[in-house]
Amino acid sequence: MDAAVPPTEIRALERSAREVRRAILEMLTISGSGHSGGSLSVTDLVTALLFRDLRYDPQRPDWPDRDRLVLSKGHAAPAIYAALAVRGWIPREELATLRRLGSRLQGHVDREKLPFIEASTGCLGQGIGMAVGMALDGRLRGATHQVYAILGDGECQAGPTWEALMAAGHYKLDRLTVIIDRNGLETDGATEAILGIEPLAEKLTAFRYQVLEIDGHSMPEILAAYARARATRDRPTAIVARTVKGKGVSFMENQHTWHGKAPSREEAERALAELPPLPDEGGTP
Amino acid sequence: MSAPAPPRTESLRDAYGQTLVELGGSDPGMVVLDADLSGSTRTVLFGKKYPERFFNVGVMEPTMMTMAAGLALSGRTVFASTFAVFAAGQAYNQVRQAICYNRANVKIVATHGGLTVGGDGGTHQMVEDIGLMRGLPRMTVVVPADAPTTRTATRVLHGLNGPAYMRLPRENLPVVTDGAFQLGRAPELAAGSDLTIAAVGVMVARALEVARRLRESGISVRVLDLASVKPYDESAIVRAARETGAILVLEEHSVLTGVGALVASVTAERYPVPVRRVGVPDLFGESGDPWALLDRYGLSVERIGDEAWELLKLRGKVQ
Repeated sequence: MDAAVPPTEIRALERSAREVRRAILEMLTISGSGHSGGSLSVTDLVTALLFRDLRYDPQRPDWPDRDRLVLSKGHAAPAIYAALAVRGWIPREELATLRRLGSRLQGHVDREKLPFIEASTGCLGQGIGMAVGMALDGRLRGATHQVYAILGDGECQAGPTWEALMAAGHYKLDRLTVIIDRNGLETDGATEAILGIEPLAEKLTAFRYQVLEIDGHSMPEILAAYARARATRDRPTAIVARTVKGKGVSFMENQHTWHGKAPSREEAERALAELPPLPDEGGTP
Repeated sequence: MSAPAPPRTESLRDAYGQTLVELGGSDPGMVVLDADLSGSTRTVLFGKKYPERFFNVGVMEPTMMTMAAGLALSGRTVFASTFAVFAAGQAYNQVRQAICYNRANVKIVATHGGLTVGGDGGTHQMVEDIGLMRGLPRMTVVVPADAPTTRTATRVLHGLNGPAYMRLPRENLPVVTDGAFQLGRAPELAAGSDLTIAAVGVMVARALEVARRLRESGISVRVLDLASVKPYDESAIVRAARETGAILVLEEHSVLTGVGALVASVTAERYPVPVRRVGVPDLFGESGDPWALLDRYGLSVERIGDEAWELLKLRGKVQ
C-alpha cells in the first residue's frame, strides 16, 4: 500500500492551497479578467504537485530529468502563477501583472515567458498531445521522470484529446499521468447537458489506462493517487478528480458563469473573507 | 526541328526519404513521425532503418503535430510527414500553437501538394497550404522544384532550429537545379533581361520551358526559383523588377494567397512593375491526369506563354 503521509504535512499542503486560492482571487481582481472557476477547481491538484510531488529545481529549469507539468487547460494559468508565487519561485508582486502588456503572466501559460512552463497552451486538446510527446522522449532516453498533463473536462469533448490519450495507451507510457479536473462545467453550462463525456472512467479504462477516481479537493486522496501513478508500470494513469468549479467561494461554486470571469473588488473581499489564511502549525512541505 | 530529349525525372519524395535515412545516421536523437501514409511520404525508409525512432501514429494528424512538438521541446529534431491537405489543413491549429507558438523544432514535410495529386480529386488537392503556412509567425516555408533541391533543403531544414514546412509533389519531376538550395535565396536558373518568370515546385520546369520557347523568338527571359518561400529573397525580386521590368509568377497553388501574391506585394512596395499571377483560380480541383489538370486549370505552357507575351507587350518589347 501507499505509505501514509503525516497529518502535519497534509495540513501544511492544505494551508498552502488556501494561500494559492487567495492569491488567485487577488490576481484576478487586479487583472479584471481571467478564469476564476477552473483555477479554483484545480488548485489542490496543482498545489500538491508544486509543493510536493513534482521533482523540479527552479535553479535548474533545464535539468533533463525534471518532472514535466503541462497545463493542457491553459486557461487555468492563474492557478499555476499563484502556486509559483506562494511556493516562492516567482515574486509575489508579479501576480499583479497578470494579462498586462509585457508581463510574463500571459492569459494562457507561455513557455517562452516563464521558465517553469513546459508547453505554451490555450487552445484545448493540444497540451495532452505535447505531454505524450514528452513522455515518448523520456521512454526513448530510458528516463524515469514523470510527465503530468492537467486537462479540463470540457477539453474531453475535443477529438484530439482522445487521439492523444489513445496514443499514450498504445505506447504504454507509464510515466504519463493525466489529471482530469472533473468540475462538471464548461463555459456555457454543464458538460453532461452540452455534450456528455460520461462514462469517463470507463472510456479511459477502454483506452488502456489505470483509472483512479478521487475527490480532487482531498489532499490525502490526491497524494495517494500521485504515488500510485508514479509506481505503476506498463500503462499510463488517468486521475479523474471530482472537483467543484469555483471551489471555496460560496457564490462561485458550481456556477458556470464564473468560468471566464474575474471578481470585482467587492466580490473579492467577500470571497477572501470566506477563505481566511489557515493557521501555521509548522510541517512546511 | 526535333524536340529536345525528355529531361531526366526523379522522385522528390524518394529524395526526402533517402535524406532522412542519412540524417538519422548522423543525428541519433532525430525522430520521424507519420500518420499512416509512410509508404507514400517515403518516411518508411527511415522507419525500416531506425524503427525505434519512427512513430507511425495512425490517422491522427492533429496529434501527430502536438506529439512532434512535445518531442521537439525535449531537445530533439523532429520530422513529421503526411499529405499537404492534412498537414496544413487538418492540423492547422496544432501547427500554429503546438509548433509555431511554442517555437518547436519540428519539420513538417508535406507530400502530395497541389493539383498534380491527380486522381484523388479536389478533396486531396491542397492549393491553400503555402498561404496558410507562410502566414504563420516563426514558420519557414520551402517548395523545392526537383529532387536535388529536396535533398539539400531537407538537410538545411534539419540544421535549422525552429519550425518549418516543406511541400513536395506526388509526381516525379525533371531535374532543373544543381541543388544549391539556401534559405532566403532565389537561384537564377536562366539569365535574361526582357522578362522574369518566377516559379515554385512543379511550375519551375514549365517556367524553363516557356523561357526556352521565348528565347527562340529572341526574347531573353530570367527564371527565378522561389523555393525559399519564407524567408524569401526580396533583393532578387526587386532586382528582377528593376532589371527586367515585369514579372510573371507561376504556382500550383491558389493565386489568392501564394507566391504570386507575395511577389505582387513585394514589387508594389519596393519597385512597382507589371506582375501577372498564373496559379489555381479561386476553385477546388477535380480528378484527372496530373498534367492535364494543370492545363485545365490555366497552368498550361501555352497559357503561360500568352501571359508572358502580354507582359512583353506592356513593356513594348513585342508588338
